[in-house]
Amino acid sequence: MNGVPLSWYLVLSAILFSLGVAGFLFRRNIITIFMSIELMLNAVNLTFIAFSYDLRQVNGHIFTFFVMVVAAAEAAVGLAIILTVYKNRGTLNADDVNSLRF
Amino acid sequence: MLDTVFFYLFTLLTLGGAILTVATRNAVHSALFLITSLLGVAGLYLLLHAEFLFAVQIIVYVGGIMVLFLFVIMLVNLDAAAAQRQFSRMWPVALGCVALVGLELFYFLGKGEPAFRIAAPPPVPEPTAGNTERIADVLFSQYLLPFEIASLLLLVAVIGSVVMAKKRI
Repeated sequence: MNGVPLSWYLVLSAILFSLGVAGFLFRRNIITIFMSIELMLNAVNLTFIAFSYDLRQVNGHIFTFFVMVVAAAEAAVGLAIILTVYKNRGTLNADDVNSLRF
Repeated sequence: MLDTVFFYLFTLLTLGGAILTVATRNAVHSALFLITSLLGVAGLYLLLHAEFLFAVQIIVYVGGIMVLFLFVIMLVNLDAAAAQRQFSRMWPVALGCVALVGLELFYFLGKGEPAFRIAAPPPVPEPTAGNTERIADVLFSQYLLPFEIASLLLLVAVIGSVVMAKKRI
């Protein structure tokens, strides 16, 4: 490792993931919840790349690439769903969109 | 030495952006801080010699996904929502969950710390080909089928989002 040990990257990734979880659970705006999911995905990607560098293999890069593809697809479909919800309900508050609540 | 300085710089960018993303009231500000955070992660990729993914991160995430987010924020009216309370009423439960996840992650990191060094592989000679070339080699031979399935997934996502966002087909 070039001066920076692997564990630093892993700790950073853990903190980033926890922040994403915090945003996901605390916020009530659906768009911000979505952004928190992106944060969590980035934390996982960072772990993949750090291990890939440490093990001198390129497979982690491929996995990150696929995670990015899925994230792009997820963002497109999710934002379309958000637009539809806003059109039908007139709100983006996660607590008000509760038709499916038991 | 220089690596450490840059690591701290990009870490500051990443974590600062992430904290402000979660904490700011305005959704547009949230998105802009998320862009900062994603750029910090891109810098860390560069530090880890993942040049191809550095470019992909900036082009796809910052240039594509975040612009899509900003467009959607523009299309929906969030002025009324910004005045309301932003945080869930169940915040003590949420805080407990976050603490649990964080503690779990750090417990396993601390437990596995010695293993990282044991698992250090024998020194491999530095590859002669560039990062992009090596990724292409593996992607188009070993991972060819997942690559094709990913293209199918993107097609489905495009059609699905158009169908959902359209009023009348």
